[in-house]
Amino acid sequence: MITLGHLLALSAVLFAIAVAGVFLNRKNVILLLMCVELLLLAANFNFVAFSRYLGDISGQVFVFFVLTVAAAESAIGLAILVVLFRERRSINVEDLNTLKG
Amino acid sequence: MQGFGLLSALVWLPIAAGVIVLLLGDRRIVTGRWVALIGSLITLVLCLPLMTGFQGGTAEFQFVEKLRWIPGFEAYYHLGVDGISAPLVLLTAFMTVPVIIAAWSVIETRPSQYYAAFLIMEGLMIGVFSAMDALLFYFFWEAMLIPMFLIIGIWGGPRRVYATIKFFLYTFLGSVFMLVALIYMYLKAGDYSIASFQALPLTLNEQRWIFIAFLLAFAVKVPMWPVHTWLPDAHVEAPTGGSVILAAIMLKMGGYGFLRFSLPIAPDASRDLDMLMIFLSLVAVIYIGFVALVQTDMKKLIAYSSIAHMGFVTLGAFIMFDIVQNTGSLKGAAMGVDGAMVQMVSHGLISGALFLCVGVLYDRLHSREIAAYGGVINTMPKFAAFAVLFALANTGLPGTSGFVGEFLVIIASFKANFWYSVLAAVTLILGAAYTLWLVKRVIFGPVANDGVARLQDLNIREFLILGVLALAVLLLGVWPAPLLEMMQASIHHLVDQAVASKVPL
Amino acid sequence: MNPNVLLAIPLLPLIAAIIAGVFGRQVGRAGAHTVTIAGVAISCALSLYVLKQIYFDGAPTFDAPVYTWLVSDGINIQVGFLVDRLTALMMVVVTFVSLCVHVYTIGYMHDDPGYQRFFSYISLFTFSMLMLVMSNNFMQLFFGWEAVGVVSYLLIGFWYTRPSAIFANMKAFIVNRVGDFGFIVGIAAIVYFTNSLDYKEAFAAAPQLVSQNIVLSHTTSVAALTVICVGLFIGAMGKSAQVPLHVWLPDSMEGPTPISALIHAATMVTAGIFMVARMSPLFEHSETALTFVLVIGATTAFFMGLLGVVNNDIKRVVAYSTLSQLGYMTVALGVSAYSAAIFHLMTHAFFKALLFLAAGSVIIGMHHEQDMRKMGGLAKYMPITAITCWIGALALVGTPFLSGFYSKDVIIEAVGESHRAAATYAYWCVLLGVFVTSLYTFRMLFMTFHGPERFRHAHGHGHAEEQGTAGDPGPGGALAHAPAFATAGAHGHGSAHTSAHAAEVSHAPAHAVHSSGGHGAGAHAHEEHDRSAPHESPAVVTVPLIALAIPSLLIGGLTVSSVVFGDFFGDAIFVLERNDVLGELAHEFHGAIGFALHGFLSLPFWLALAGAATAWLFFLKKPSLANTTARTFGWLRTILVNKYFFDWINENIVAGATRLLGRSLWRGGDAAIIDGAMVNGTAAAMGRLGSLLRHVQSGYLYSYAFWMIIGLAVLLGWFLWR
Repeated sequence: MITLGHLLALSAVLFAIAVAGVFLNRKNVILLLMCVELLLLAANFNFVAFSRYLGDISGQVFVFFVLTVAAAESAIGLAILVVLFRERRSINVEDLNTLKG
Repeated sequence: MQGFGLLSALVWLPIAAGVIVLLLGDRRIVTGRWVALIGSLITLVLCLPLMTGFQGGTAEFQFVEKLRWIPGFEAYYHLGVDGISAPLVLLTAFMTVPVIIAAWSVIETRPSQYYAAFLIMEGLMIGVFSAMDALLFYFFWEAMLIPMFLIIGIWGGPRRVYATIKFFLYTFLGSVFMLVALIYMYLKAGDYSIASFQALPLTLNEQRWIFIAFLLAFAVKVPMWPVHTWLPDAHVEAPTGGSVILAAIMLKMGGYGFLRFSLPIAPDASRDLDMLMIFLSLVAVIYIGFVALVQTDMKKLIAYSSIAHMGFVTLGAFIMFDIVQNTGSLKGAAMGVDGAMVQMVSHGLISGALFLCVGVLYDRLHSREIAAYGGVINTMPKFAAFAVLFALANTGLPGTSGFVGEFLVIIASFKANFWYSVLAAVTLILGAAYTLWLVKRVIFGPVANDGVARLQDLNIREFLILGVLALAVLLLGVWPAPLLEMMQASIHHLVDQAVASKVPL
Repeated sequence: MNPNVLLAIPLLPLIAAIIAGVFGRQVGRAGAHTVTIAGVAISCALSLYVLKQIYFDGAPTFDAPVYTWLVSDGINIQVGFLVDRLTALMMVVVTFVSLCVHVYTIGYMHDDPGYQRFFSYISLFTFSMLMLVMSNNFMQLFFGWEAVGVVSYLLIGFWYTRPSAIFANMKAFIVNRVGDFGFIVGIAAIVYFTNSLDYKEAFAAAPQLVSQNIVLSHTTSVAALTVICVGLFIGAMGKSAQVPLHVWLPDSMEGPTPISALIHAATMVTAGIFMVARMSPLFEHSETALTFVLVIGATTAFFMGLLGVVNNDIKRVVAYSTLSQLGYMTVALGVSAYSAAIFHLMTHAFFKALLFLAAGSVIIGMHHEQDMRKMGGLAKYMPITAITCWIGALALVGTPFLSGFYSKDVIIEAVGESHRAAATYAYWCVLLGVFVTSLYTFRMLFMTFHGPERFRHAHGHGHAEEQGTAGDPGPGGALAHAPAFATAGAHGHGSAHTSAHAAEVSHAPAHAVHSSGGHGAGAHAHEEHDRSAPHESPAVVTVPLIALAIPSLLIGGLTVSSVVFGDFFGDAIFVLERNDVLGELAHEFHGAIGFALHGFLSLPFWLALAGAATAWLFFLKKPSLANTTARTFGWLRTILVNKYFFDWINENIVAGATRLLGRSLWRGGDAAIIDGAMVNGTAAAMGRLGSLLRHVQSGYLYSYAFWMIIGLAVLLGWFLWR
C-alpha cells in the first residue's frame, strides 16, 4: 500500500535533486531551467498527494495552474537564453556574473 | 461636507493651467506663455475675494471645504485658511507672477515644461498652506518637491545634479520623520484632521518625540543651522525663477509648519526645548551673518542672508515661553509671532526681488561672481536704483518691509531675555555690512570691465516686475497694519494653544 | 495747531523728492529744482508759522497720531507728531538750512549729470530729518534716524564712480549701524518696561523706572534706565560722531561740499544731540548714563580737536572742528544743560555752515586745491571770503559778543558748575579744547589767507594730480584709505585726499569760476595761467557767505537770554532740581552784554588768545618753529596724523578679524564640518558600507539560490523551534 508518506518522500527526493542541481551545476543555464522545472514538479507532486489524501479535487486544479505557469516560464526562460547566447556567445553559468557587486 | 470653493480653485487652477501649457508643448510656446501668465494672474485675482472676504476678527478657519478623500484612513480633502495661512497663500500667488514674467524670453530649453513646473508648484504650495488635513498637507508638501527637483535639475547650473540630490534628500529625509509623527497621531486620534491632532492629549515624552520629528522636517525647510547647507547650493544652481520661489515661498513652509504643527500640537515639548530653538536661531542670525560676509557668489550671499533672516522667524516663534516666564504675563508673546509672520512675508518679497535682480545681471553677463561686476550703476541706472532699494530693505531699513519683522522680534525678544535682543540686534550691523559691501562691489564704482560697459538697462518687463515688488516692499513697510490685523486673532489663538499644557492629568 | 499744516511740512519735501527722483527725466533740470525748492520753501514757511504759533501765540503742545502703523499684541504703534517748542525750533533750523542748500545747489551742481538725483536726495533728507524731529514715538524716531542715515549714505556716495566715495559711504552707514544697534536695544528696553513706544508713556514712566533693574545674568543686573539711556546714547554716538564712532565723519567729506556743510555739519549730525535733549526726562534720572555722555563728549571735544591741528586738508580741518564742537554739545548734555546744547547746536549750525561754504569758496578760488600747504596770502585775492571766514572763525573760537561765545561759554561754565562724577575731567577737556580750537582755527586762517603765497610753487604738483578725468580719481583716491602709517603717512595722506577732492570739485562748480566759458565736458581743463592767480568767488558763493555771517555775529547775543536762561523750551526739556546747572548760572546772568564783558576776564578767553598767539607764532611768524616742534614731539605727531589709529584698527583689526571669522566659519564650519563631515560624510560612509557589502553579491545564480535556501532554513528553524 502506498501511503502519503511514500509520496511525500518521493517529492522530497525530487526537490532535493533539483536544489542540488541548482547549487552544483556551474556549466549550463539550461540545466538550471530544468532544475527549476523539477522544483515545481516536486511541489506539484505534493499537491496531488494531498489532494488524494484529503479527497479535495482543488489541489489537482492548482497543479494545472502551476503547470501552465511553469510552461510559460520555461518558454520565456528559453527565449531569454537564446538572446543571451546571441549576445554573449555563451550560456555558461560561470560567465554570467554581470550582477556581481 | 462643504463642496469645492475658492481655495480649490486657487489650488487646482494653476495646476490645470500648468497641464495645459505642458500639453501645448514647446512648439506652441507663444500660446503657452500667455496661458501661463493668464493662469497665474487669474490665481492672483482670485486671491482678492479671499482677502476681502476674510474675517480678521476670528481665529476660525475660513473658506472651508471638506470632502471625503480616503475613507479607509479617515482622510479628507479638507481646505481652509486662517490668519496665519492666508497671507502666505497671497504671497504664493503674488510671487509666481513675476517668476512667470521673468522667464518670458530667457528660458529657451523646454520652456513649456518650465512654465508648467512653476504653475503646478504654485497650486501645490497653496495646497500646503490651505490644507487642514494632515495627510493632505503631507501630500502637497511632498508633491511640491517634484517640480522643484526638476526645475533645479533641468534648468540649473553646472553643478545642478549635486545640488538637486542634496536638496531632495535633505528635505525628503526630514519629511519622512514628520510622516511617522503624523501616523502615530493618526493612530491615537483616529483621523488626520490637524484640529484633532491639536486637541490630542499627549504626554511630555510623546510630545518630545513628535516635536523632534517635526523639527527635522521644518528645520530643514526653514532652513535652520546646522541643516542649512543645501540652501546655498540649491540657490546657486537653480535658475532665477527657482531661486525666487525657493527663497520666497518654500522656506516659509518651514516657518508655517512650526506655527501650525509644532507649537499647537506639542506645546509642552516646545516649552521644554525652546532653548534649543532660540540657540539655533541666534546661531543662524550671527554665524550665518559672518559667513554671508565673505561670499564671492552673489546668489550664495543672498542665500546665506536668507538663512540669517529666517533665523528671526524661528526666534520670534519660540521666544514666547521665555517671555511668559520672565515677565509673568502673555503680553509680548504674540508680538514675537507677529514679527515672525511679518518677517516671512517681507522676506518673501525682498529675497525674491534680490534673486530677480541677480537674475537680471546673470541673463546679461552669465556670471554670478561678484568679482565679474563693478560699476553696474553706470550702465544700468534704473536697475541700480531697484537693487539699492532692495538691498537696503534687506538690511532692515525702516520704511521698507524688512524693518517691521526684525523690529517686532527684537523688541519682543528683549522681554524674554536681554541678551537675546542684543544678539538679534547684531543683525543690524552684519546685515548692513554684507549687503552694502555687495552693493559697493557690484553696483557702485567705476565700470569694471567690458562686459559691464556693454550692459543694457532694464527692459519694460523687468522694470515692471521689480517696480511692483518695490511698491509692495515699501507699502508693507509704511503701513503694515492691515497685514497684522488679518493675523491678529489667529496668532492670539495660537499663543493660547502654545502656552496651555496638553499633558493628560 | 492745524494738523494738516503739520502733515504738509514733512510731506511736501517727500512729494517733491519723488517727483524729482522718479520723474526726473520728465520734469527736467529746471522742473526738478523748481519743485523741490517750492516744496522746501513752503514747508519752511509753515515751520516758521508753527514756531510763531507755539512761541509767540502760546499754542499748546501738539501731540497726536497721524495713522496707526501697526497694532501688535495690544501695543499700538502709530506714526504721529509731537510739536512743542523744541521741535518747532528744530523744524525751522532744518527747513531753513535745507532751503539754503537747495538754492545753493542750483549753482553748485549746475553741470553735474546727477542734477535731478541730487535734488531728490536733499529733499528726501529734509523729509527724513523732519520725521525725526517731529516724531512722537520711538518707532518713527528710529525711522527718521535710519532714513537720514540712508540719505547721507546716498549723498556721500553721490559720485559713485570714485572708490574713495563709495568706501566712505559704506563706512558711514555701517558705523552708524553700530550706533543703531545700541539704539534699538534701548528702544526694546523701553517697550519692555512701558509696553508702549510713545514718548509720552515713556516719559511718564521714567520716575518709576529708577527702581527697576534688568537682569543680565543670575548674579548681575543693571538699572533699567542705564540700559535705556546708554543704548539710546550709543545711537547718538553713531549719528553725532562721538568717539569711538566718529570715524565716518571725516571720510564723509567725500560727498559734494554743500552736503558736507549742511548734512554733515549743521543738521544730521546734530540729530543725536537733539535726541538726547528730547529724551531729557529719561536721561535726567540716570546719573550713570549722563556721566557716560559727559566722558564721551569731553573726550571727543578735546581729542578730536587736536586732530584738526595736524591736518592739511582745509575741508577736513573744518570736519574735525565739527567733531570737536559736537563734543561740546554732548558735554552740555552730560551736565544736564540741555538747552545750552541745543543753543550751541543752533549757533554752530550757522557759523559752521559759514566756515564750510567759505572753505568751498577757497577751494573754488584755488582751482580745486584743498591742501593748505599750497595756499597762503589769499586774503589779498579773496577779500570777501577772507572776511566772512574770519567772522566764522572768531565765532567758533568764542570771541565775546559773537554767537559762538555765548553758546560755548555757557557750556564751559555749566561744566564748571556741575558736580557730576567726571565733571572735572570734562572741565579740563573743554577748557583745553578752547585753546586747541583757537589753535587749529587760526592755523587754518593763517595758512590759508595770510603769510607767504605758496600756491605758485605748488601748481606743478597740483596739476599732475589733476590729470585724471572727473569721476576717476585715479590711484590717489584709493590710497586715501590705505592705512596711513607713521610720519610717512602725513604727506601721502594729505595729497591723496587732495586728488580725490580735486576730482570732486572739478565736477561741479567749475562753471562758476570759468565764467568765460570754454571748459570742456570734463570741466577741469585748467590752463596754466588760470591756476596761478586765485580770485574771489562769484556772487552765488559770496552772497550766502554774507548771509550766514550775519547770524554768526548776532544770533547768540540776541537769543541767549531766552533760549538758555529763559524758559524758551518750556516743558519740552526736563531737568531735575539737583541737576539744574543752568538755573545756578542764571542767578549770575545779567543780560547778554554783561555776560560778554565778563567773558573778557574769564579763563577761556585768555586760552583762546593763547591759542591764537601760538598759531601766529608757529604758522605765520616762525614756521621753522613748527617743524622743530613737530620733530621734537615726533611720537605725538605720529599718533595725531594717524588719527589715534582708529581707522587703522578698524580696517585692519576689526574688519580683518570679521572677515577672518566669516571665512573660517564658512570654510571650517559650513564647508568642512557640516557639508564635508556630516552631509557628504554620510554619503561617503554609505558608499564605504556598500563597497564592503558588495562582495556578498557574487553574481552567480547558484550562490543566490544557496543563500535563499539557507535563509529559508533559518526562518523555518526559527519558526519551528522558537
